[in-house]
Amino acid sequence: MQQEVVLAMLAKEPSHGYELRTRLAQALGPVAEGISEAQMYVTLARLEKGGFVSRLDAPAQRSDRKVYCLTPAGQERVTDWMSDMSWPRPDLAEFHMKLIAAAAGALADPISLIDAQRRDLLRRLREVGLAVMEEEKDSDAALLLEGIVLRLQADLRWLHACEIVWTKRSTRK
Amino acid sequence: MNDSPTVLVHAKGLRKDYGSGDGLVRALDMVDLDVNRGEAVAVMGPSGCGKSTLLHLIGGLDRPSAGQLTVAGQRVDELSERALAYLRRDEIGFVFQTFQLMDELTAQENVELPALVAGFPPNEARARATALLEQVGLADRARHLPSMLSGGQRQRVAIARALVNDPGIVLADEPTGNLDSASAFDVLSLLADLHAKGLTLVIVTHDERIATAADRLISMRDGAFVDETRLTGGSRGDLSTFAEWEHLG
Repeated sequence: MQQEVVLAMLAKEPSHGYELRTRLAQALGPVAEGISEAQMYVTLARLEKGGFVSRLDAPAQRSDRKVYCLTPAGQERVTDWMSDMSWPRPDLAEFHMKLIAAAAGALADPISLIDAQRRDLLRRLREVGLAVMEEEKDSDAALLLEGIVLRLQADLRWLHACEIVWTKRSTRK
Repeated sequence: MNDSPTVLVHAKGLRKDYGSGDGLVRALDMVDLDVNRGEAVAVMGPSGCGKSTLLHLIGGLDRPSAGQLTVAGQRVDELSERALAYLRRDEIGFVFQTFQLMDELTAQENVELPALVAGFPPNEARARATALLEQVGLADRARHLPSMLSGGQRQRVAIARALVNDPGIVLADEPTGNLDSASAFDVLSLLADLHAKGLTLVIVTHDERIATAADRLISMRDGAFVDETRLTGGSRGDLSTFAEWEHLG
């Protein structure tokens, strides 16, 4: 995730780091476990240094009491981010090349690589699938986890396509 | 070993042939399977791989051509027709892709029926059905006919019906195959919840999401098991990798 996420949360109202981290945790559910409170303060400090946020309180406050608001430059960055169409891409090309290199250099059996990857994705799908059921229906966190489930399912379908083609290639030899 | 109470289904060298001579189709070939009490096992594979045949054999709807099959301590391959019918009634709950509810009976009556057939007094059958409809979230639909219910609701009635005689094991054949994704999610949540409470399940499915709610996933091809993956023991920590600050510098 990008710094813009933090900036965009400040668009609602000036907040301190702890509050932002709480709102993030609510929106992300178990996915937020990857983002520590300390990281939030580091991000805010860097944004302040870059002139995208400024402090509303006395400068001597403890880091969890610092209240930040957006500067005009920060506001502009949020607007740009909102209209940015970039989309996170899973790097399928890397695994694809792993299979090709494995077969070409006799480094490993592509089918075994696919099998191992499939098991790993299945276990991940299980974890995320169970996590969705623990969240309140239609909550922010459930919606995000649903997206992760669908992505994993798409990856599993692609692995299935890989398995079919690589099985054909290995039997042809 | 077969009589051990922890092993509910024990199959050894299971085979099922249809037809004969040139028309012989080997639907199942030398399958070994153990399902422990309280375990959920998912079976996946392309159409015609033998997964439904396996389910039908475990459920006593069909007989193996060869091999041993023990379900709830009884040798299915050796039972009389009558004993097999009792085993189906008392130990097995079925959930089908097409629900298989009786159209002219209400939800409540559909759930009661197997209990009445099993010889429970009407008030006991009613009490069981009422409690189960409550459990599947359909207490307010008890008097509805299946035609007045959505697909997801019908399947939940079918799950209640499968549970009414308190079976040792529930066998589900594509339980979400006819449902939209929202209804499929409700049925999945229900099955996962029942499993968490100790229900033993064998689920045949095309849907990885359903399959991965099980403890173990078996992949079949051409009548045989080709892969088995234990799904439990993964780490929740993996979830956090879906959100990390990438551009802190």
